[in-house]
Amino acid sequence: MMTNPTGRVTQGQFSFLPDLSDDEIRMQVDYGLRKGHAWSVEYTDDPHPRNTYWEMFGMPMFDLRDAAGVMLELAQCRRTFPDHYIRLMAFDSTRGVESIAMSFIVNRPKSEPGFGLVRQEAEGRNIRCTVHAYAADRPEGERFGA
Amino acid sequence: MSTPLYSIPGSPAPAAAPPPAPPDPIGAARTVNEVLAGSRVEAVMDELDRDLVGLAPVKSRIRDIAALLVVDKLRANLGLVPAGRTPAPSLHMCFTGNPGTGKTTVALRIAQILHRLGYVRQGHVVSVTRDDLVGQYIGHTAPKTREVLKKAMGGVLFIDEAYYLYRPENERDYGQEAIEILLQAMENHRDDLVVILAGYKERMDTFFRSNPGMNSRIAHHIDFPDYTPDELLQIAERMLAGRQYRFGEGARAAFAQYLGRRTRQPHFANARSVRNALDRARLRAASRLFADRDRVLTEAELTTILPADILASRVFAAAAP
Repeated sequence: MMTNPTGRVTQGQFSFLPDLSDDEIRMQVDYGLRKGHAWSVEYTDDPHPRNTYWEMFGMPMFDLRDAAGVMLELAQCRRTFPDHYIRLMAFDSTRGVESIAMSFIVNRPKSEPGFGLVRQEAEGRNIRCTVHAYAADRPEGERFGA
Repeated sequence: MSTPLYSIPGSPAPAAAPPPAPPDPIGAARTVNEVLAGSRVEAVMDELDRDLVGLAPVKSRIRDIAALLVVDKLRANLGLVPAGRTPAPSLHMCFTGNPGTGKTTVALRIAQILHRLGYVRQGHVVSVTRDDLVGQYIGHTAPKTREVLKKAMGGVLFIDEAYYLYRPENERDYGQEAIEILLQAMENHRDDLVVILAGYKERMDTFFRSNPGMNSRIAHHIDFPDYTPDELLQIAERMLAGRQYRFGEGARAAFAQYLGRRTRQPHFANARSVRNALDRARLRAASRLFADRDRVLTEAELTTILPADILASRVFAAAAP
């Protein structure tokens, strides 16, 4: 399942763990940089587990050598969107790979109301189920207070 | 069952054991020698002395800075950190000097020294000029400058010909915006970034007069003197040796003569001019050997620059009465 009993969105790496501290994030970023990945920051306020394409916050950062640059960008994104989901993604540009190698959530809204199960009656006695985020009932930008 | 190292969301966090401190050779040092041994900074300084000809004031200044950093480390190990202020000392520098006096080369060495002492984390040098920092239209400059700053974090940002950033004749020039962002980064990210500005002496002085904020944030102004003819000859010999060439009989004297004439001409760029002159001499040596198609060439012939190769320069032609 894509969500866990505590109602937290679980996407990417480390999402079943408690939130990473800034130092832990820096270590992960440094690890990615040592592998030659390019980091980028993305944000969204739609917590649906299948929402994979988030908004980019600035350009992906190529040619970085130290995590301080990524942390700077992340701090800026947190100031702009304190109550959004923010994730860091590492792009591996190796020929033939050319895709995201690491991705983890680094910022969450203060309260995540979680998901409800929606049942739809279909042909015969069939029931179709889907999850629906309570937060998504409100318009974009107003979902988590602020 | 052993307890997990992480806490499960919603359950009380386990008491985290402090991670064992990594063995840090510099962290426990009490003497200058221990810091030097732990950081291998002495090797870089010796290399600086050995590889770079002349530049005595620059070298002594760098030794001073390195000594200060080493002593700072020792003080920090004893807990003598200035109260209420960030412990990172201001390391931004300004290199002034004529072209070809080794500003970029020294910047690379400084980055190594700072890296070994642990003042910058990665020790790489990002070399930029005005074009890399200043944008072409409104709103273009800030992201561009910030991107460069991000690339340079953890290392040294080397801004060549920094005075071009400020163009007083055009009051809507975006260079001012880049300077403001730089200033802010130099102040707020002192432990992430060391900025080195470089340029000609007079123009940098004008630049600093019109940007007093920049001047006060740069702790070290280092002036690179021109090389003496003797030092230029030594540089030439090292450059040749680095490419497996050597001066033939009389070629050294011919080159000294060449330098004597070239230094009096305009646009003399010290070591850079020496390199270009040697490159042209190598070209002439190559075509001299090329002309004689059937001869077996020995190693000595292939590595020797003859006086004729140097005396064919147009510097001698122009000076001839």
